[in-house]
Amino acid sequence: MNSALKKRIGNVLSWVMTFLLMLVICVPGLWVVLTAFRPNSEVLAKPAVWIPQNFNLNNFAKIFGFGAEQVAIPVPAYFTNSLIIALTSTAIALLIGMSGGYAFARYRFRFKNGLFLGLMLSRTVPGIALSLPVFMIWSRIGLIDAKLGLIIVYVALNVPFTVWLIDGFFRQIPKEMSEAAQVDGCTRWEAFWKIEFPLAKSGIASAGIFAFLTSWNEYALASQLTRSTDSKTLPVGLMDFTAQFTIDWAGMSAMAVIIIIPALVLTFLVQKHLIAGLTFGGVKG
Amino acid sequence: MSNIAKGVPFWRKEQFTPFILLSPAILTLMFVVLLPLLFSLYTSFTGYRLIRPESLYDWVGFRNYERIFSNKNFWIAFGRTILFLTIALNVEFILGLGIALLINRITWGQRTLRTFMMFPMMFSPILVGYQFKFIFNDNIGILNNALQALGLSDGAIPWLVDKYLAMFSILFAEIWMSTSVFAILLLAGLFAMPRDPLEAAKVDGCNAWQVFRHITLPFIMPFAFIAMTIRSLDVARAYDIVDVMTGGGPAGRTELLWTLIARVGYDNSRMGQANAMAYVSILLSILFTYYFFTKLLAARKYMGGAE
Repeated sequence: MNSALKKRIGNVLSWVMTFLLMLVICVPGLWVVLTAFRPNSEVLAKPAVWIPQNFNLNNFAKIFGFGAEQVAIPVPAYFTNSLIIALTSTAIALLIGMSGGYAFARYRFRFKNGLFLGLMLSRTVPGIALSLPVFMIWSRIGLIDAKLGLIIVYVALNVPFTVWLIDGFFRQIPKEMSEAAQVDGCTRWEAFWKIEFPLAKSGIASAGIFAFLTSWNEYALASQLTRSTDSKTLPVGLMDFTAQFTIDWAGMSAMAVIIIIPALVLTFLVQKHLIAGLTFGGVKG
Repeated sequence: MSNIAKGVPFWRKEQFTPFILLSPAILTLMFVVLLPLLFSLYTSFTGYRLIRPESLYDWVGFRNYERIFSNKNFWIAFGRTILFLTIALNVEFILGLGIALLINRITWGQRTLRTFMMFPMMFSPILVGYQFKFIFNDNIGILNNALQALGLSDGAIPWLVDKYLAMFSILFAEIWMSTSVFAILLLAGLFAMPRDPLEAAKVDGCNAWQVFRHITLPFIMPFAFIAMTIRSLDVARAYDIVDVMTGGGPAGRTELLWTLIARVGYDNSRMGQANAMAYVSILLSILFTYYFFTKLLAARKYMGGAE
């Protein structure tokens, strides 16, 4: 009786704690999302308006250049840039990562550990520290304010992680399967595409999603390597709103929602594989 | 064997295959990371300024390093960065552990909770910064509005203007963003834990705390170190948050090493000096990663499970 009561109190307590936790996680984001659908007059109102009265899509229409009112910030161009840069760099990083991950998972070779460590260490360089020399070199070879310049940097940023994750996913596939295929007359190349690639496909996809998000969200390097609508990405464009004396909170929130949506959708798709990949690669070495 | 291999060009030999497979990765990193870093190492020994391109050949020896090491602002930013990381990582670990234990207890809706927990991890740091800039705004922020509506405070609390409160707000944003890395990985550790030792310990009369301290905690420590290693790989993303929330202000009170680098390098265009600072920040990151990676290896060995 006594212990049952104790257990009950414990359960209630953990639910209360969980509720509070979810509140802290969700409220900040939700508040921004709500603001995206409200006019600035309501955001700035004193005393505060708690329950939104004017719920509409005007902010989105404004930043995308529809409707009567328009903002001077070319969000559609930033959106296209972000999409092109993130997709291209992800595709390249995945190809490089697959080839590198396969090498680490399937071969023994000299300098293996050293190379792996080197790969990881290259990822520790803070973005802003890397941006200084990249800025100097890129400005000499004309890659500043070019999509290509940012794509190259993002590929390098994503390669270590994709190699690490994909290495883990290949390792989970027993070596014997591709060996059996090779005995049956496949070349190693064929065995890879017929056996190992299909099995590791979902893992590789989640590595790709992770790479996409890294590129999509990156700010420190992009803010220094881009200048105009030719190459500015959404995170850099978000700062355009604060350049003025008055901050357009509603417009900024609408833009924030545009940046968040892909992240939320992709997170939902990737969550299971990502946890598996990270823990497997880390614990089983 | 060697007779057969004779006619084969060297790149077709089996022992070269991994290097060929790895060459795109190595080349990319050489071109984008290694080469630029060598260039910036050279630049850190020159008086290079962006506005005077010829100063790139102006060799000054260790003057940049001497100058930053005798600069009070640099040491303040450096100390603040260390303090910031220490507080952030410790709080994230403790909160993450608490959250993982909490969610591990709950049986209903566990998957949904876990998904929700992952969202902050995937937020762009710049968005996290913006979100909290909005919430902590002294005039229209939801926090001050709520405090005033509840009668807990009568004036506007200057969350992002006061020097201590600004640092607190930035830490809050950082912890909000990164605690889930710990929570998720520690939860994965708890899921992977074998039940037998727990049962055995209970039979032997251990209390809940003893079981936690001597069985659960050592088992999930490697997972904590994975989280720490992953975190230390990108500690510098705090730059994004600070840049949006305060820009290093008020009056340099929230300046971290990374924002200082950007200010010296781009705003004051003293590239030589900024590169010297950048090297300090790179060493700091490597040190953090190395430290946690060795801890991870040690914890793994202690567990005895993995290779």
